[in-house]
Amino acid sequence: MDSTFQLFPESASQIADRVDALYLFLVAVALFFTFLICVLILYFGVKYRRGSLAERGNPPRSNLLELAWAVVPFLLSMVMFVWGADVFYDIKTPPADALQIDVVGKQWMWKVHHPGGQSEINQLHVPLGRPVRLRMVSEDVIHSFYIPAFRVKQDVLPGYYTQMWFQPDRAGTYHLFCAEYCGTEHAQMIGSVIVLEQDAFADWLSGETGDPPEVAGARLFERHRCGSCHKAQGGSGPSLAGVFGRRVPLKSGESIVADEQYLRSSILNPQQHIVAGFQPLMPSYQGQLNESDVLKIIAYMKTLEGNASASGEDTGDGNDQPPETEN
Amino acid sequence: MSNRNYLNANYNVWSWFFTTDHKRVAILYLISITVFFLVGGAAAVLFRLELMTPEGDLVLPETYNRLFTLHGIVMIFFFLIPAVPAVFGNFLLPMMIGARDLAFPKLNLASWYLYSLSGLFGVWVILTGGVDTGWTFYTPYSTTYGNTSVLSAAIAAFIAGFSSILTALNFLVTTHTMRAPGMTWFRLPLFVWAHYAMSLVVLLGTPVLAIAIALVGIERAFHVGIFDPKLGGDPLLFQHLFWFYSHPAVYIMVLPAMGVISELITCFARKKIFGYTFIAFSSLAIAVLGFLVWGHHMFVSGQSMYAGFVFSFLSMLVAVPSAVKVFNWTATLYKGSVIWNTPMLYALGFIGLFTMGGLTGLFLATLGVDVHVHDTYFVVAHFHYIMVGGSLMAYLGALHFWWPKMTGRLYPEGWGRISAILIFFGFNLTFFPQFVLGYLGMPRRYHVYPEEWQILNVMSSAGASILGVGYLLPLGYLVWSLRYGRRSGKNPWRASGLEWEAESPPITHNFHKTPIVTGDVYDYDPTEPVELETEKHPEKVTVQ
Repeated sequence: MDSTFQLFPESASQIADRVDALYLFLVAVALFFTFLICVLILYFGVKYRRGSLAERGNPPRSNLLELAWAVVPFLLSMVMFVWGADVFYDIKTPPADALQIDVVGKQWMWKVHHPGGQSEINQLHVPLGRPVRLRMVSEDVIHSFYIPAFRVKQDVLPGYYTQMWFQPDRAGTYHLFCAEYCGTEHAQMIGSVIVLEQDAFADWLSGETGDPPEVAGARLFERHRCGSCHKAQGGSGPSLAGVFGRRVPLKSGESIVADEQYLRSSILNPQQHIVAGFQPLMPSYQGQLNESDVLKIIAYMKTLEGNASASGEDTGDGNDQPPETEN
Repeated sequence: MSNRNYLNANYNVWSWFFTTDHKRVAILYLISITVFFLVGGAAAVLFRLELMTPEGDLVLPETYNRLFTLHGIVMIFFFLIPAVPAVFGNFLLPMMIGARDLAFPKLNLASWYLYSLSGLFGVWVILTGGVDTGWTFYTPYSTTYGNTSVLSAAIAAFIAGFSSILTALNFLVTTHTMRAPGMTWFRLPLFVWAHYAMSLVVLLGTPVLAIAIALVGIERAFHVGIFDPKLGGDPLLFQHLFWFYSHPAVYIMVLPAMGVISELITCFARKKIFGYTFIAFSSLAIAVLGFLVWGHHMFVSGQSMYAGFVFSFLSMLVAVPSAVKVFNWTATLYKGSVIWNTPMLYALGFIGLFTMGGLTGLFLATLGVDVHVHDTYFVVAHFHYIMVGGSLMAYLGALHFWWPKMTGRLYPEGWGRISAILIFFGFNLTFFPQFVLGYLGMPRRYHVYPEEWQILNVMSSAGASILGVGYLLPLGYLVWSLRYGRRSGKNPWRASGLEWEAESPPITHNFHKTPIVTGDVYDYDPTEPVELETEKHPEKVTVQ
C-alpha cells in the first residue's frame, strides 16, 4: 500500500495471476480492434476525402465479408467465455481443507470471527499459503467483500450465507473495501487484510483472546433456554441431536437438508419451515440474536452428536460445508 | 411560396402547450431535455470536484451520495432514454416515412407532460427528500433503510416509464400504418429501423420496471415480505426484476443513437450504406438478445455459478450484432467521398468510442475478470463510453445534422468542429483513467479513496472540465444561430431522405403533398461533386 502512482494493482493470491493473464488477453483484443477501427476510419477518411484523386464508387455487397466479421467476433467471444468461465469456476470452488473464517457485515463495519474465537473489526488476518474460506452474512443491507490484491469479491447478503475463498501467496497488508453501495458511510466501510507467515499467524492467534464459537454458542443456547423445548425426546420442539446435515421432514410434506442456511432461518424465521409432527410455537429470535450470535449457536449445534446423524465431522474449520448456497 | 411553417404558424403560448404537431412536441422535448442535462451535469461537476482530493473535504458523504443519485436518475431516466427518440424520433420518424404526423398526436403530447412533470417531481424529491440509493434502488437498502422519499423518486421513474411507453407505441403504429406509397420496409431509413427495434424493447421491458417499483411500494407501505429477508423476502429478486428492464434500457439508449450514426455516415461518405439489411437486422438482434443478459449484472451477487455461465455466454452473443454494425459503418467510408464536417466528426467519434465501450463490455461479460472489476470504476468507465461516448455523441451529431431542418438556420461550422474535438478529447481524458482506476480496484460510489489513486482522479476531473466547456459551446452557438445563423435551404447537406424534401423548417403538415417513393434508400453517388450550404459564401446563398 505505498502511495506512489500505480497503473497495475499488486497481486497477492493464487488466482490473481490467472485473472491478470485473462485481463491482458482481453486488453490485447480490445487494443487490436480499437486500433483496427481507428486506423481504418482515418485511412479511408483521408484517402477518400472529398476532392482527393482516389477511385470511388458503390462496391457490390459482400455476404462473405459480412459473414467473416460476424464469425470472427463470435469465435473470439467464445474464447473469452470459456477462459472466463474456467477461472470463475476456480474462484467459486473452495478446496475442502480451507480454513473457515466468518464475516459479518453491517453498516458500516466488518466483523471477523476466527474459528478459535478470536474476533477483529475491519481487519482480517490470514495465514500465507493456506486456502481461506469466508462464510459471510449481513446484519442489514447488501454489502460486498472486496480484496483487489486477491482479485476476488463477493456480495454479502442479509438473510443468506454466501462464501468466497482465496489463497494468499504474498505476505503484506492489502486493501479491503465494501464494493456494494450501502448508505452514508459506504466509502468508510474499508479495512485491511493482513497476510502473515504461518508462524507469525499462529503467534497472532495466540495473542488474541476469545472463546471458540461452539463454547460461546453453548452459552447462548443456555441463556436463551433453547433446550427447554428442544429436548432429546418429547420436547415441544424437534430434537437437535445430530441435526446438522440431516434431511428433515417438513409439515408441508417436503424435506430439507439441515445446512447452515436452514438452521439460521429456523432461528430467525422459524415459521418458514415447520418440522413434521410439531406445532408452529417457536418465536422468532430476530432482534435478540445478531448474526454473530447465530453463527456461534450453529457452531454449537454442529457439536450435538446424536442418532441418525449425518454429520460426523469435527467443528470449526473442517469439511462441514453445506451444499452451496444458491439464492 | 408561403413563409408559413410549423414554428411561425402560431405564436400563442397555448399553441405550444396544447400542440399536437409532432415537430412542436419534439421542440418541447428538446428544451426540457436540455434543462435536465444541465441539472445532471451540475451534479457531475460537484462530485468530480470532490474527487480531486482523496479526502472528503468538499461535501458531506450524504451530499455526495445524493449527488451521484441525482446524476444517475436524471441522466438515465430524464436525459438518455428520451434524448434521441423523443427529440429526433418525434421530429423525424413521420417525415422520414412521408407521414403528416404520428399515429396518435394527442398521446404524443401526453407523453411530454408525463415526462416533464415526473422529471421535475423527481429532481425536487431527490434534492429535498435526500434520496441516496443510487439510480439502481437496490433492496433492502431502498425498502427498509432508505427514507420515505425513495418511493417518491421511484414513482417519478415509474411515470417517466409510461411516457416512453406512449412514445414507443406511437412509433410502432406509425411505422406500420402511415408509410407513404412506395415506402416499403426495406426502403426505410435505418434511423426508422433502429427506432422500431427500440420501441419493441420499451414496450416489453418498461412494464417490468413498473412492477418492480410497485412491489417496492407494497413492501414499504404494507410490510409484505418481498425483498427484505427480515420480512421473509428475497433481496436478489429485486435485482432480477430491475435488470430485466434496466439492461434492455441500455439498448433503449443506444439503438436510436445507432440509427443516427447510420444516417450521418452514409450522408457524409456520400455513399450508399454498406450492408443495409445486416444493420437493420442487427438492431432487431440486439433488441432480442438484450432481454436475455440481465444476469451479467449479478455475477457476484450470490446468484448461482451456473446462472453465471449462462448469462456470460448470452452476453457474449451481443458482441456479434454490435461488431457487425461497427464494421459496416467503417466499410461505408471505403471508396466514398468523405466530408469532415461537424456531424461527421461526431459520427466518427461515436464509432471509435462505441467500439471501446463495446470491447470493455466483453471484459465485464468475462466471468473471471468481472469478479474483480464488478462495482469498480471500470464499470463506470465502460458504461460512460457507451452512454456518453455513444448515445450523447450521436445526440449531438443529430442535433447539428438536423438543426437546419428543425430551425431553418445553419449553425456556425467552425465552432461546431471545435466543440466536437473538445468533447472527444475531454471525454477520453475523463473516462479512460477510470478504466485504470477500476482495475486497480477503486470501488464506485466512494467519496473518499486511498491517496495513491489521486493522480488518475485529477486527470479524470480535468477531462470533465474540458468536457463541460465542450458541452456549453453548442448551447451558446446554437441559440445564437436561431437569430443570427444563415438561413438554410430545404437540403443543406444534399442528403437523401424524405425529410429533406420538406421545407426548412417544415410546414405544419410536413409535405405540400404526400410524397411517393420510387427509388431506393440512401441514393448517394460518391463520384458526384457536392457543395454543402455551410461551405458556400454567404452572398451565394439563395433563401428559399
